[in-house]
Amino acid sequence: MSAYFVRRLFAVIPVMAVVVTVVFLLIHLIPGDPVSVMLGPDASPAQVDATRRALGLDRPLHEQLLRFYARVIRGDLGQSYFLDRPVLTAIVERAEPTLVLTFSALLVAVLIGVPSGIVAAAHRGSPWDRVLMLGALLGVCIPGFWLSLNFIYLFAVRLGWLPAAGYTSILVDPVAAGRYMVLPALSLGFNQSALIARIARSCMLEALHQDYVRTARAKGLSQRAVVYGHAFRNALVPVVTVIGITMAILIGGAVVTEIVFNIPGLGRLIISAILRRDYPVVQGVVLVTAAAYVMINLTIDLLYAFIDPRIRYG
Amino acid sequence: MADAAVREVAAPAAESGALAGAIESAGYAGRVPAQTARRLLRNRSVVAGGLALLVFVAAAIFANTISTHEPTRLEPARRLQAPSATHYLGTDEFGRDVWSLVVHGSRVSLVVGLATMLVTSLAGVTIGVAAGYYRRLDLVLMRVMDGLMAFPAILLAIALMAARGPGVWNVIMALSVVYTPRTAMLMRSTVLSVRELDFVEAARALGRRDVGIAVRHILPSCVAPLLVQGSFIFAYAILAEAILGFLGVGVPPYVPSWGNVIASGKNVMREAFWVSLFPGLALTIAGLSLNLVGDGLRDTLDPRLAHSGR
Repeated sequence: MSAYFVRRLFAVIPVMAVVVTVVFLLIHLIPGDPVSVMLGPDASPAQVDATRRALGLDRPLHEQLLRFYARVIRGDLGQSYFLDRPVLTAIVERAEPTLVLTFSALLVAVLIGVPSGIVAAAHRGSPWDRVLMLGALLGVCIPGFWLSLNFIYLFAVRLGWLPAAGYTSILVDPVAAGRYMVLPALSLGFNQSALIARIARSCMLEALHQDYVRTARAKGLSQRAVVYGHAFRNALVPVVTVIGITMAILIGGAVVTEIVFNIPGLGRLIISAILRRDYPVVQGVVLVTAAAYVMINLTIDLLYAFIDPRIRYG
Repeated sequence: MADAAVREVAAPAAESGALAGAIESAGYAGRVPAQTARRLLRNRSVVAGGLALLVFVAAAIFANTISTHEPTRLEPARRLQAPSATHYLGTDEFGRDVWSLVVHGSRVSLVVGLATMLVTSLAGVTIGVAAGYYRRLDLVLMRVMDGLMAFPAILLAIALMAARGPGVWNVIMALSVVYTPRTAMLMRSTVLSVRELDFVEAARALGRRDVGIAVRHILPSCVAPLLVQGSFIFAYAILAEAILGFLGVGVPPYVPSWGNVIASGKNVMREAFWVSLFPGLALTIAGLSLNLVGDGLRDTLDPRLAHSGR
């Protein structure tokens, strides 16, 4: 048990090493001289030189990489030129809306996805199954950002039920915060609910084909008791994993959704940083998001091993 | 949303149990292409998706004939006109004809989708076969692939575009970097399981060399999983290209692409919903048709997955 946990924990190190290296290399992918690009055409040669030295870009590449590792390990993600503060501070300031959006969307995805998958599997081949799975296929194909725009047009512009864009912290005004969050969470969560529905359905179908389900039927249990009492609990384990993966994916999706709904989170931070050529912020946001992604995956794996002993002895 | 992309790509790759089935039928597909083609034509989702896809390909090829206006010509006097007989899908805030923009936009989408599919396939096969064959290389390559997959897909694409700047070629490169690891891992696991099969063993016993075995016996087995994966990557690349365009970091704003047009429609949604509605619809249908083709290919080429209910 603990051997598996330790092994899995150590597996994070090479992954994070690659992540940090890729993030480091980003600045060297900039065509031409990154410092001139960053400072724009008005910068004097002296300014360019000073910035280059401040960023350590005048040193050999391997030395730069080692320094970058050392900085990241210390939790120093550099300084934002435009915002005039440490990158990490800027990220922490903007993390709340992204987290709220991610969790709300996760809630939407699970609440729509799991019941749809279960109903579809329990009534395999029925019109219900067909309608739900067609919906799931559409859900996978409809671009989330476009769905957001249509939601805004329908529910905010035409019907006027909900605000079109904006954000309020739950701590400031919970009601307004909820109203602002409905459309973003729905449009971000809908896509993922389609994935969860498909997986939940196939896991459920697999569970329904097991011997113990046949036994349960043979001893005369009702369909309801078989589906919810026996199959559902066993189908749940892989679904829990998918829900975890979904959460990781939602972080990426949240970036785009934030732009549509004008939510001041990490997505807005990175896009405005790109427009201002504030590369340390771009690097920082990408790094923090990837680290979150890795940590979520780690947590799922450990949880999964905890729930299902076959994994840790496998 | 953005990562609509990742999930399904990851899903089939994760199905290692179903791989043996894929491989058996792949060998079959390699030997009897005509029979496989007939089976594909009997698959409804392949036919429906394929036909829809053909429409887009035709639109891209004959864009100049089909479009009614010059897509890039600005006519401020005709801005934000509702759909009519002259402007089938209306005009945008600069007076550009939305129908012509959508038709020309299919070019960018298809080029980016197709190129990304080809680059990821080529890179994925190379990396996968190398990793599947050479243990030491495997360790390094797979750690790098793991690391690349640790990024949320769309965010890595955004970051790469931020560094390289707007442009069709840069979009293709960025998306290829993002999606190659998934193909590489799929190819690696295919190679690893095919290596151990009897017919490869027999070839080795007959004294054939590594490269010969790889080309003659192992690569054909990669074709079916590659086709399935490729059609999904095509779909994700189209979607991701639109997202990058929408965010303003994809192809340059003056190039008619679905993402760019949807972005310009966002600003005028109150007065002219049609500007963002129709390119989004085109995007959805293109994605749907590629997903149908992918699902159908998987069901036909890989019978074991067909029954798993995915």
